[in-house]
Amino acid sequence: MDEGIELSLTIAQIIQRLRGSHLHSQIERQAKECLHQPDVKLESLKEDVRSFLKTSGWERKLQNAVYRELHIQLPPRHPPAPPEHLKEPLAYMRKAQASWEKRVLKSLNSMSTELGVPLAHMRPAAEQKELTNKWNEMGTDEPDLSRFRPVYAPKDFLEVLIGLRNPNHDSSEDISARSHWGLIQVPLNVRDIPHLREAYSELNLTSGQMGIDDHALIHPDLFENEYVQIGKKVVMEEDSAAAQQYSRQGCPTGLRADLWALILNATNQPQDVMHYEQLKAGVIQHNLLVDNLIYKDVKLTASNDDYYFVFEDFLYQVLLCFSRDTAVLEHFKYNSATPPKSYIQGKVGDEECAVVYPPNGVIPFHGFSMYVAPLCFLYNEPSKLYNVFREMYIRYFFRLHSISSHPSGILSLCLQFERLLQTHLPQLFYHLRQIGVQPLRLAFKWMVRAFSGYLSTDQLLLLWDRILGYDSLEVVAVLAAAVFAFRAENLMEVTSLASAEAVLADLSTLKVMPLIQVFLFATAM
Amino acid sequence: MTPDDTKPVNFTVKAPVYLQIGDTKADTAHSGVCVVDVNLPFGKPVNIEEVTFKNYYTAYVTVRLLRRNPEQEAPAKWCTALRDLPLMDNPHTERGSQDYYTIHRTQMQVEPDHVVCVRLILRQPSLAWLTFSLEDIKIFPHTEPDPEKEVSDWLSDLTLIDQHPDLEGLPDPQTVSSSIQQMWALTEVMQTNQTTASIGRFDVDGCYDISLLSLT
Repeated sequence: MDEGIELSLTIAQIIQRLRGSHLHSQIERQAKECLHQPDVKLESLKEDVRSFLKTSGWERKLQNAVYRELHIQLPPRHPPAPPEHLKEPLAYMRKAQASWEKRVLKSLNSMSTELGVPLAHMRPAAEQKELTNKWNEMGTDEPDLSRFRPVYAPKDFLEVLIGLRNPNHDSSEDISARSHWGLIQVPLNVRDIPHLREAYSELNLTSGQMGIDDHALIHPDLFENEYVQIGKKVVMEEDSAAAQQYSRQGCPTGLRADLWALILNATNQPQDVMHYEQLKAGVIQHNLLVDNLIYKDVKLTASNDDYYFVFEDFLYQVLLCFSRDTAVLEHFKYNSATPPKSYIQGKVGDEECAVVYPPNGVIPFHGFSMYVAPLCFLYNEPSKLYNVFREMYIRYFFRLHSISSHPSGILSLCLQFERLLQTHLPQLFYHLRQIGVQPLRLAFKWMVRAFSGYLSTDQLLLLWDRILGYDSLEVVAVLAAAVFAFRAENLMEVTSLASAEAVLADLSTLKVMPLIQVFLFATAM
Repeated sequence: MTPDDTKPVNFTVKAPVYLQIGDTKADTAHSGVCVVDVNLPFGKPVNIEEVTFKNYYTAYVTVRLLRRNPEQEAPAKWCTALRDLPLMDNPHTERGSQDYYTIHRTQMQVEPDHVVCVRLILRQPSLAWLTFSLEDIKIFPHTEPDPEKEVSDWLSDLTLIDQHPDLEGLPDPQTVSSSIQQMWALTEVMQTNQTTASIGRFDVDGCYDISLLSLT
């Protein structure tokens, strides 16, 4: 398509999305009010208003909003491409995702029927009052969750990914040149180390990194002091794009919360707080079956974790509201998944009674709460924490549990991990296969959670700095391979699956940035 | 940009021919080249605006055109409009394998006018795939925009500037006419969508009693 027209379409789409938003009305109001100022003259009205908006910082806010839209916008396509193609271009993957979803829905339906708990119903008034009073300490509740079980666990999803086949793929000949020792049998484009070195050049051995060069034994004047000064400037400038670029070398702990909020354009304006309150009202009014799944997940995962158990109450507040948030439904335009549908009061087929369940279309699985837990270290105000989490989910985390060909999708990450391992640690891969261990089975649980709950929190946040900085989840696959490289010696000596698992059981002492840096830039080619 | 009301040309597509080297009976190797002939209606040569199709695992496509100049009595001649346009980044991997593509006349090396037949030569050198083809091929004719009917009122007002040079505040007609294409694209999109602001309610009139999820 002609470039000029493509640009016009992109601009028109962004304008459409920002028109009518709160930012739009705020800027209009500011423009009207600045007319009272003496230096705004009628002859040069347009330029004067524009320069006022620039100096007062409103142009920057608009820039950040546009930048945010570019992150989640679909590229403009020539009319023939149907919407499902924009969600996922490959037909067989759409089919696989649909049948996986059907399995999940059946499981949820049968859970509801067996337990006699409706998927959703209005809370009686007394219960609503009780919940309002207990809102800040839902963790003290000890409901009987023994009957509930998670709808699925990551390992179930892994089996689906392993079984994925392209019907047009010729697997009849096992040509050794392209033999693949791993489990993923789909030929997706994944990058190897030479390409990764180009793409992740800010991580090279000669660049300073938070996570390496801020170590206590290194004099802060060598890197840290200056880097923190630059970071402070970036925060003051309130520039999303600059914050994203800065984040590639890591964020200083004191600036991380502000930087991430900038990158995600997650403001905490009055309308955001109001939206959060509206969601809270939704939680209080209606009781959903998925609420029990959330409770169970938090109790099983975050509450048992040394780092995160203190945030139990926050997690309920964020996740329960997340389930009620219809704004999340927008991301299904570019997510290969489809939100589950139902009909109220059993009026099946009556489109007037059609609703989405849960309201945000996302069914939580075992470990879902771990996406939120690390953020609790950065934000203590519930609506801000909520906004940051929601933006991170609709940009990155959803890709970790849906079947898609996207380069940041879990399928690509799995394949990339296996390819990196086979190419650069062939002896290790071969040895593991000999003893009946497939490396992906060990690494999958790390990647599906973006390492949350496996690394120590400060290291995890350094990893997530890079996810935001590079707008991609690839570093997760690279880190998984780097961990294997680091523990290669021990792994070469194991002779069973159990001992391999034991070698990789505890990642809490690992320092992620040295591992990634060495793997990418010091691996012999 | 093709206005939405342009209809694709009706044509017949012959069955794709997969080429083999040597003896066709020895059918051991997959073919890596396929030729698709698109015969445009007899006696009605077309001026092509754009060709659209959906890819199915073709790595490269070459477009050749059979053009017959109506003025001259010379026989129709074949020419190459586009050689080896890559549809897939890497012939062995999935990217681009099922994408929708458009080839606009401006991308072609020759003027696609008075075209009688279009020949698409598909190449897929990788052994990874069982078959490859193009689907849903459509050819859109080039339409000369009719100044009487197509141009909207405000544009025709502006063309009067030449007669009223003392009107102040109106934009320079040269810059306006050069950005007409872009304005057209903008207005098209604006008209189709209304507000994208969501309301936020997930219930229907306060009711959200659900018993079973729909599996279809």
